[in-house]
Amino acid sequence: MTHLLDGDIAVVTAGVDLLAAAAEAQAADVTRVDWQPPMAGTGPDLVTVLGDPRRREANAEALRQVSGVRAMLVDVLPARDALGLDERSVLHAGPPIAWERASGPLRGALLGAAAFEGVVEDPEDAAALYASGAISLDPCHHHGAVGPMAGVVCASMWMWVIEDPQSGRRTYCSLNEGLGKVLRYGAYSAQVLDRLRWMSAVLGPALQAAVRAHGPIDVTAILAQMVQMGDEAHNRNRAGTLMLLRDLAPALVSSGLPPADLAEVFAFVGGNDHFFLNLAMPACKLALDAARGIPGSTMVVAMCRNGTDFGVQVAGTGDEWFTGPALVPEGLYLGDYGPEDANPDIGDSAITETCGLGGFAMAAAPAIVRFVGGTVGDALANTRRMYEITLGEHPAFAVPVLDFRGTPLGIDVTKVVRTGVLPQINTGMAGKVAGTGQVGAGLVTPPADIFPKALRALAERV
Amino acid sequence: MPVEHVETRAGSYADSVTLMQVSTRVTAAAGVERAMVAMGTALNLDLLTGMGFALPPGTGPNDLVVAVRAEDEAALALALETVAGALAARPVTGSFATSPPRTVGAALRERDRAIALVSVPGPHAFAEAMDALDADTDVMIFSDNVPVEQEIRLKDVAAERGLLVLGPDCGTAVVAGIGLGFSHTLRPGPVGIVAASGTGAQQVLCLLDAAGVGVSAALGVGGRDLSAAVGARSTLAAMSALDSDPGTDLIVVISKPPAAAVAEAVRAHAATLGTPVRLALLGPGNPDLTAATEQVLTDLGVAVPDWPALPGRPPAGDGTALVGLFSGGTLCDEAMLIAADRLGPIASNIPLRPEDRTDPRAPWDGRHVMIDFGDDELTAGRPHPMIDPSLRTERLAAAGADPRTRVVLLDVVLGHGAHPDPAGELAPVIAALDGPAVVACVVGAERDPQDRRAQMRVLHEAGAHVFTSNAAAARYACDLIEAR
Repeated sequence: MTHLLDGDIAVVTAGVDLLAAAAEAQAADVTRVDWQPPMAGTGPDLVTVLGDPRRREANAEALRQVSGVRAMLVDVLPARDALGLDERSVLHAGPPIAWERASGPLRGALLGAAAFEGVVEDPEDAAALYASGAISLDPCHHHGAVGPMAGVVCASMWMWVIEDPQSGRRTYCSLNEGLGKVLRYGAYSAQVLDRLRWMSAVLGPALQAAVRAHGPIDVTAILAQMVQMGDEAHNRNRAGTLMLLRDLAPALVSSGLPPADLAEVFAFVGGNDHFFLNLAMPACKLALDAARGIPGSTMVVAMCRNGTDFGVQVAGTGDEWFTGPALVPEGLYLGDYGPEDANPDIGDSAITETCGLGGFAMAAAPAIVRFVGGTVGDALANTRRMYEITLGEHPAFAVPVLDFRGTPLGIDVTKVVRTGVLPQINTGMAGKVAGTGQVGAGLVTPPADIFPKALRALAERV
Repeated sequence: MPVEHVETRAGSYADSVTLMQVSTRVTAAAGVERAMVAMGTALNLDLLTGMGFALPPGTGPNDLVVAVRAEDEAALALALETVAGALAARPVTGSFATSPPRTVGAALRERDRAIALVSVPGPHAFAEAMDALDADTDVMIFSDNVPVEQEIRLKDVAAERGLLVLGPDCGTAVVAGIGLGFSHTLRPGPVGIVAASGTGAQQVLCLLDAAGVGVSAALGVGGRDLSAAVGARSTLAAMSALDSDPGTDLIVVISKPPAAAVAEAVRAHAATLGTPVRLALLGPGNPDLTAATEQVLTDLGVAVPDWPALPGRPPAGDGTALVGLFSGGTLCDEAMLIAADRLGPIASNIPLRPEDRTDPRAPWDGRHVMIDFGDDELTAGRPHPMIDPSLRTERLAAAGADPRTRVVLLDVVLGHGAHPDPAGELAPVIAALDGPAVVACVVGAERDPQDRRAQMRVLHEAGAHVFTSNAAAARYACDLIEAR
């Protein structure tokens, strides 16, 4: 209802500074908006989309759906069983892409996957199979899955299975290999493939036994706790990894596995601070998928990259991808690597930012900013800036230093276009030459022009 | 040897009023020949090209253009320093500080009871206004050039949510004792105003103030609200809101005469309300704004005062023509209605009859003429004359020096948002005239920041006849013409 006749009212001004000053001169409580014009050429589409009578309720519903999902870890299965893959069908991160346009790290991971599946002996021989389509490529996102960096998933890899108990919907993600020379960063040496074989032979079955013995584990609850323990669940998963290990340890110990295998499993998981990332990601996807297909909603439900293109999907536009060239992150490099070695942005892990974690929760993870070359003030400013482009706040992910305010949740295409503020993503950097592996970590945004494209598609559906 | 500097800054934005003020300051700096600091809109690019500046290709509306031609390098450096100083007035925040919100929606997340005041360029006003409605907040849209279908959409959404949209093109409002836009410091009181005309409402509010009567609220609805297309959507909603306000004893609706069906809808709605409604519809055959205000006072049982006035210098010379130079469109209209009755057709850029239209920039043909300097074609690329009176002041000097002029009629609008000392700007020009008489109406409230009495005195001492009733001023101007 109107407040104009209630007395004692604050004033929010956007536009001419003189008018704000005139209200301030009358001792009014004035908040000045730092208004700037929207991205070029978006005016008419903004009016159409903002004038859509479905929008407000659709976005409220999208937020309700996403924040209402409780992601439970229910099983660990080979991708063959979980996703129905065979050795000639391989999944990758990001929007759809063919071999010809695939970047170095994606190609490296694909070559390694073919060798891992035994389709070829020498990984290099697989190039022709991918080029000819003899091995098919499809995005993880098209199969309810997500994969970090190259995100390559093949039939023999083991997958976390995450379930929403209310709807029975499931999402999937591979097991995290650790840092450095790993398949997801495009490395495919014998050492990389040996580690993958051990993961399929020992780690996957051990985790399966432990999860089945323990019963479902509430991943959303761990995410909520780890955000209060200095993790942002994208580039820092240290607390989450240890909490998972704490939950699974009793069941692992009593699983009957040989002590030598158990020791290896503990050492591997405990020694990989990113192990929980592969649970955070499918939990975020599970939540965001709940908002897919809500007509009129302008909320982003997926952001991902394949090393060449950055793609987003929006709740109100079904499964359509809006893509543009992926940018090269800015940050710190390992060893002698430098900016010339970095591949453009790659991976499905930006699903964490899409769900209010990662760069959006940076204020909760001040330790991360040194890793990506910033200050604690930058971390706070990053999270605060993301509230400008989001529809609401995550009810479970509370940031202590912001007085337990929920993290910014639900990227609104119209707000991005209006403010020009782009989603801030914390990410790892892959070497651009296939086989290199990780070269650093840093910050990146989507290319700005995909948001006006998404806005146009929303406008066409009004 | 003159030097030229053209620079574009991508992603820098400042509002047009601020930039026009910066341009004025830089142009006034020593050794500067031409200067313009503006966003690269099509209009501004034309102006810059017209000033002889060569712009980098691809300059667009999101680029801030700084263009300066100075007599030498030293003058240019000084001018650029002036630009930097003027633009740096915007607050800078450190990494730990909270940055200002970037949209009305973001600002309203932390505000419960608020009104949004939107004055961004018209094509962008819809988004900010919709943010307010989405946050269940009333909005005043000062911006003009908002398409009518967007106005209707906003007002329909507001109706669904029990909210009010004031505007677009709403120049004035008073809510909770705060004047928004061009407005005045008024005492609280029993009159609730609904106004489709900004300066018309200002006149009524200031006369009520002079009579010691205050207002509960003044709700501008925008000049188009009573059109057939918009159908009085905000007027009816504002009347209902005032009707349910226990502090409002009388509702006054101020507008030009609306289309018959719309007028009927307003009358029918008024009949359903518990609070009496007085319609002040300024048009041929209807009472002027002063007479309407006097009716309101009578309704309230308040004695009608003598409206404050001060005498001035009579006209000299052989001039015959009346020249009205206005900053308020409704005040210009009211003066034309009165003068046309007495003196015959009045040429104008906002004429009463289409055949009386005149180009305000063309040489004057000596007829009675009244110019509204607040009209779009005279405000393109410069602030409203209430903020920057320089264009009208130039015209006053020219009209005053023209032997055909007998009387110059002016409005001087005070209040928040207006020039800090409009009488001080006009007085030297008025004092320098030796032929025509000057008749001025000061529209201001007792406690306005400019001090209405002091402003009246300054004009009076310069030789002007000073009124607080625009209708009285117009009649007196006609008297002076007819007395010849």
